[in-house]
This record gives sequence, C-alpha cells and structure tokens, in this order.
Amino acid sequence: MSKAIVATASLAGCFGCHMSLLDIDERILKLIELVEFNKSPIDDIKEFTKQCDVGIIEGGCCNSENVENLIKFRKNCKILISCGECAIMGGLPALRNFIPVSECLEEAYLGGPTTGLCNPDKIIPNDEELPMLLDKVYPCHEIVKIDYFLPGCPPRADLLWDALVALLTGGEMKLPYEVFKFD
Amino acid sequence: MSDNKIKFTIDGKECIADEGLDLWKAAMLNGVFIPYLCHMKDVVPAGSCRICTVKVNGRPMAACTTLVTKGLEGAVVENDTPHIEEMRKMIVELLFVEGNHFCPACEKSGSCELQAMAYRYQMMVPQFSYNFPLREVDATTPKIYLDRNRCIQCKKCIRSIKDDQGRSYFAFYKRGHKLDIHIDHELAATMSAELAQLAMDGCPVGAIINKEKGFDVPIGKRKFDKEPIGTEFLNVTKE
Repeated sequence: MSKAIVATASLAGCFGCHMSLLDIDERILKLIELVEFNKSPIDDIKEFTKQCDVGIIEGGCCNSENVENLIKFRKNCKILISCGECAIMGGLPALRNFIPVSECLEEAYLGGPTTGLCNPDKIIPNDEELPMLLDKVYPCHEIVKIDYFLPGCPPRADLLWDALVALLTGGEMKLPYEVFKFD
Repeated sequence: MSDNKIKFTIDGKECIADEGLDLWKAAMLNGVFIPYLCHMKDVVPAGSCRICTVKVNGRPMAACTTLVTKGLEGAVVENDTPHIEEMRKMIVELLFVEGNHFCPACEKSGSCELQAMAYRYQMMVPQFSYNFPLREVDATTPKIYLDRNRCIQCKKCIRSIKDDQGRSYFAFYKRGHKLDIHIDHELAATMSAELAQLAMDGCPVGAIINKEKGFDVPIGKRKFDKEPIGTEFLNVTKE
C-alpha cells in the first residue's frame, strides 16, 4: 500500500496543535511508516507539490492569507480536518470579534503602552504585501467545507493519533472520555 | 405533599411517585437520570434550558416544570431515545453558538456543566454558525464578576442566590435571547465569601466567577475531567 500523503497548516493558531501532533511520542516512527508529509511546517515544504489525502488545519481565519491558504488546502486535499478550538470556533484570536478592526489596529500600533518609542511616526502598517485583516476571525468551516473536527486546546495527542489511524486504516475511531476535551 | 401515588412509565420502566413532585425529581427517585442544566435541588424550577425535555405521551415537555398530577397516571414518558437525545444535543449546540464560549480561556472549563453536556453528546462542532454576540462583563462588585459572554440565561443565580431576607442578588432585564443578568450592586457589596462560592459553583457555566483566586483546581482533578456529567447522580441512586 502506498503511503497516504498528509499536509498541515497553522492559520490563526499558536502551533500548539502541531506540538500536540509531535506529542505522540515514539508513535511518530510509526506515523512516518504510514504517511508522507507534503506542504507542512513539519518538513518546511511551502507549496503543494502533489494531491494530498489528508489536510490538517490548525487555527481559524483572521486575514486574507489564511483564507487563500485554506482554499488551497481544500483544493489539494481529499479530506480536510479542522483541528483544535481555533479552527473550530475561532478560539482566542476570535476574542477580537467584538472590537472593530480599526480599534484593534489603533490599540496595537498607536495607543499601546510600548508603541510610542518604536512607532514614532504613528504608522498603521498598510503595505499591499501584507495580508488584509478580516472583519472577524472565522471558523474554518464557515469558509470551506470541512470533513472532520477534532476539538481540544490542543487536541490530545491520543485523539490526533486515533483519528489519523482510523482514517488511514479505515477503522472506527475510539473516542474515550478522557481525550475528548475542549481545553 | 399529597399521599396520592401516581404510576407511569419512563422508557418502559415502571415508576411510582408522589403527586405534586416535578417529573425530573420523580424520575430521579425512581433511578432514572434526565440530563439538565438549569435545575437545582430545593429551587423552584424554571424550565429555561430545556435540556430535560422528555416526551410525555408523545409530547415534548420540560421534565423540571411538568408536575406529577393525576393527568400523568399511566402516562408513557420517553427519556433516553435517539430522537430526544438528538434534540438535547441540538439545544447544547444552540447554547454554544448563542453565547461566546471560549473554553480554553475560561476558568470554569473542566467543571462547566454546559461543556460536560457537550462531552456527553460528543459535540465535535455545533451545526449552527457562531453568533459572536456583543455582551458586557460586570466586574464592579467586590466578591464576584459577571461574564455575560458565557451566560446561558438560565436564571439559576436569580432563583438560588438570596440573602437572609430572601432578596435575590441577581435580576434580569429583557427576555428571550436578549435577556441580561444584572447584579444588585448595593446588596452584592455585602456578599459573603461563602455565598460568592455558592454562586460560582451553582452557575452551570463560567458566567459567575470568584475574584481574588482562580484556577486552583489542577487539570485532571476538575469535576468533569474523568467522570461524565450524571455519574455522580447515578452513583447516588445506586446506593
């Protein structure tokens, strides 16, 4: 059997879910037998080089680059998994959903206690190279179709492992109470 | 309490209860667990969360506000059926999208009854889109703060947290999904630490949080870390 191809990305996330994926301990050796990584921060491949079987998304969408990235993942992956609270509901970045974007930027670049010294010209970055901030942080499934969801902050390593193994071997996923958590 | 006994069945199990009890309690006394969020011992039921919805002769009713009366004699009550459990799961999902439930950042996480209910129904993601409503936090009282983002508007605090003269520390403005819980600031200034703890523990979510201490129970030892919601209850009825 040829190896399944997996791609991963961290959008508006903290890389905690990726850390949790690495937290599967020695099973990582078995994982390498089961899968080949394509576009992913784990092997530092920046662009898709082939069609992937599984895409794992960490983090929600807070800017235009996240959205473009997510759409690329949907096009290039047969199965897309929302991994962690941020991908599922926006998570901590979504705490800004109650504040207008202009106020957020003003606080970060003009009004904050440390901005006086490092931003004397009082510039809010607006270079066209920079991704545009969205009005809100969106859960991934409100942008593209997501096939599976793995909650947790981060999802427990055992949950990620069980889900991947079930997906790759066609087995049923175990979902013990201890590994299914939102925090 | 009347001496009249009423007989009915829950999921085929023969039950007998005193007339005048609410159906939720009657079920409990007969060893049947009906999941709930807004109900509480010794407090007048409000029927606000609707998690305890059962079917009485085919009709959906909140078990906590349905009284055991003569009309219930011989009734067929359904509790643990796929349709009802699916409805309850949907209510949990609605509660999650209606407020702002950032579990990873909430002090009540792990001891939160709404979260535990989502664990019970294995809610991977709500099927509805998130509302992200704008809600305010009131941190002006000395003992507690009120985070309305997490409130599920069950009014349990209004019904249960009272001073020795029976005055409520909490009250509500407006109704329905616009309902807002408020604290009586004058009364809250005299709130004891014990009562503040009761208010926090009673709240099924993390809307009422004690000030000056926090996160004192480590992960792994919180109320619902190891045991699903309802386990405690089932242990009591087995004894």
